[in-house]
Amino acid sequence: MSQEHIQVITSSNIPLWRDERIIKGIVQVISAIAVIGFVAFAIGNVINAAHERGLSLGYDFINQSAGFPLAESVIPYDESKSFGYAFLVGVLNTLRAALVGIVAATLLGTLAALARLSTNWLVNKIASVYIETVRNIPLLVQLFIWYFAVFQGLPDVQESIRWPGPIFLSKRGIYMPAPVPTGTFGAWMGFVIVGLVLAIVLRIVLGRYQLQTGRTTYPVATAFAVFFGLPLLGWFIVGQSPLTVDLPVMGKFNFTGGLRLTIEYAALLTGLVIYTGAFIAEVVRAGILAVNRGQFEAARALGLSNMQVLRLVVFPQAMRVIIPPLISQYLNLTKNSSLAVAVGYPDLFYVGRTIINQAGRAVPVFSMVMGVYLFTSLTTSVLMNFYNRRVQLVER
Amino acid sequence: MSRKIFALLSLFVVLSILLTACAQQAECPECTPCPECPEEAAAPAAEEGQSRLEIVKERGKVVCGSRTDLLGFGYLDENGRNVGFDIDLCRAVAAAIFNDPEAVEFVPLTAAERGPALQTNEVDILSRNCTWTSSRDAQWGNFTVIMFYDGQGMMVRKDSGATKLEDLDGATVCVTTGTTTELNLADNFRSRGLDFTPVTFEDTASVYNAYEEGRCDAATSDKSQLAAVRAGFANPDDHVILDVTMSKEPLTPAVPQGDDQWFDIVKTVMYVLINAEELGVTSQNVDEMMNSDSPEIRRMLGVEGDFGQSDLGLSKDFAANVIRAVGNYGEIYDRYMGPNGDAFTLDRGINKLWKDGGLIYAPPLR
Repeated sequence: MSQEHIQVITSSNIPLWRDERIIKGIVQVISAIAVIGFVAFAIGNVINAAHERGLSLGYDFINQSAGFPLAESVIPYDESKSFGYAFLVGVLNTLRAALVGIVAATLLGTLAALARLSTNWLVNKIASVYIETVRNIPLLVQLFIWYFAVFQGLPDVQESIRWPGPIFLSKRGIYMPAPVPTGTFGAWMGFVIVGLVLAIVLRIVLGRYQLQTGRTTYPVATAFAVFFGLPLLGWFIVGQSPLTVDLPVMGKFNFTGGLRLTIEYAALLTGLVIYTGAFIAEVVRAGILAVNRGQFEAARALGLSNMQVLRLVVFPQAMRVIIPPLISQYLNLTKNSSLAVAVGYPDLFYVGRTIINQAGRAVPVFSMVMGVYLFTSLTTSVLMNFYNRRVQLVER
Repeated sequence: MSRKIFALLSLFVVLSILLTACAQQAECPECTPCPECPEEAAAPAAEEGQSRLEIVKERGKVVCGSRTDLLGFGYLDENGRNVGFDIDLCRAVAAAIFNDPEAVEFVPLTAAERGPALQTNEVDILSRNCTWTSSRDAQWGNFTVIMFYDGQGMMVRKDSGATKLEDLDGATVCVTTGTTTELNLADNFRSRGLDFTPVTFEDTASVYNAYEEGRCDAATSDKSQLAAVRAGFANPDDHVILDVTMSKEPLTPAVPQGDDQWFDIVKTVMYVLINAEELGVTSQNVDEMMNSDSPEIRRMLGVEGDFGQSDLGLSKDFAANVIRAVGNYGEIYDRYMGPNGDAFTLDRGINKLWKDGGLIYAPPLR
């Protein structure tokens, strides 16, 4: 069959070795073999080397008891839990740093970008100095400065700085009151959810009505009023207060009770936010500058206020330029969170390394760590690409 | 874009499936329970034809997994030379093979790095105040001879007034991750029903830095390590080491699995150090001792007979070279931790010779 096929091609007087289709086909096959061969070699190499050195590649250790303590966890953890569970604690700690970091870095970055575009000399210069300094110092160095110089330089726990209200700041971390749900919490949560749904619906419906009729309906203000008003109303209706407050109390060594943010987490988060924020600032600034000057002027001419110009005219157009590089900044922040190992914050990579040491399984644990980073990064990328497609100009 | 992502994802899935599938295959088929079977692992290394002794001789030096950050055990002197109790054990092995205590390459390792370094044959000896445990013996390598009997202790600030572990309920404790110390800390506090918050670092310096800065109420590690660290503090007298022993920490040099000859060589060198002290042979008198009347001493120094040197591939007078280079066990101990030690003073306690009521004991050389 294939012989006949080749006959057909060569019959058109093109020699076999100069036929583009055949050359391309051969190149494809060769590169496919090379790639598959390389991957197979790499995997085989890992397995052989591991076997030779008596390294176990199995995942059977996952259910064994971990035995090591972890400094902080979002889910209840103690040493009797399994290695797999400890790993999950690490994953959640990474997500806790990455998600909060992404939101905060975006806010900081946008503010810094606007400041750098400002015509106010002082604001402009402060933003420039921040961006240029922070972008040019390695993140690891900054983390060390934040952790060892700034946060460990806070006063001892006995001499905590007391902030307004029962919030205490010391070397041990930031202690603040924690809300504790009581019996009526469930009923009150109902009000909160209804309030949220109603607020979203009102925002959409009123917004659409305003667009169609041109009559001012205050969609945002109404939505906010409902979102806060309904839970407030619920608070009094359910009778007993749905939340009580657990205040931090100074014990013999530390504060007990309340909510605690460790300085390790604070140092990591501050470092990541400040560092990534500087990069995001430049991304946002580039996006805003990419919007044609005429658009500002036209919007001004229509009588829009400064805030409205930004919100309604500039940002929607800047987004198209901002989103793609912003995605890579988000991915950077997530991956950079693995530097937590330097400041003792038990993130995914940190817990992974502890498991490797205590269970003696380097290859399986590293493949798990790689898998989780790959998964979170790809998920972020997919979501942001989806959003990117939505804000792109639709050509008509 | 989404196609690319899909392709990447599927590639990763295929890779991980392959890895796990092969991994299960590769896991020694003979012994079914399987988590550890050293004999299986030992075979391939031997098949490669070259023994570790041959590799070491070809290389011209011994690769020693060590540390540079612990006073007394492994640190740098003012000239940047590696010194310390653990370091001298490596130098002893180098002296046995090359008659040169400098024929060592020191690889500094963190607590978390040392296990994998031994598993992957990166070092010939791991001499880095490493505790011998059964799981490490099964997974990491072979542990030779216990050279330092230690126990886990707890250091606190004097003004805290704590004298026992029970006083530390609710305290924050600094500890190095990837150590037995970390596990013992959890065991000890849990069994006593005490609450604690750990602060862990991979890097030992960070642990004590954080403790000294006041990040933690207490720091825990081997007592010898705590003594060493305390000696380096700005105000050593502000800190006390509690009179509690939380665990057994037999500090032992280890070698990679799979080479019995190498395992025996390192063990024999350690036995020589101990026996030399027992027989009173020191780096000062080793040459005079060649003429000693004691057959034990003459045998050890290679003047007469053979206690297995040639079978191990070592020269007849290797023990004399070792003692000349680093001294006997007691000399090494005193050099760093004796009354006039370079690092600090630590009573020998249970690390005395068995004759003097301690635990240091070696099989006879014959």
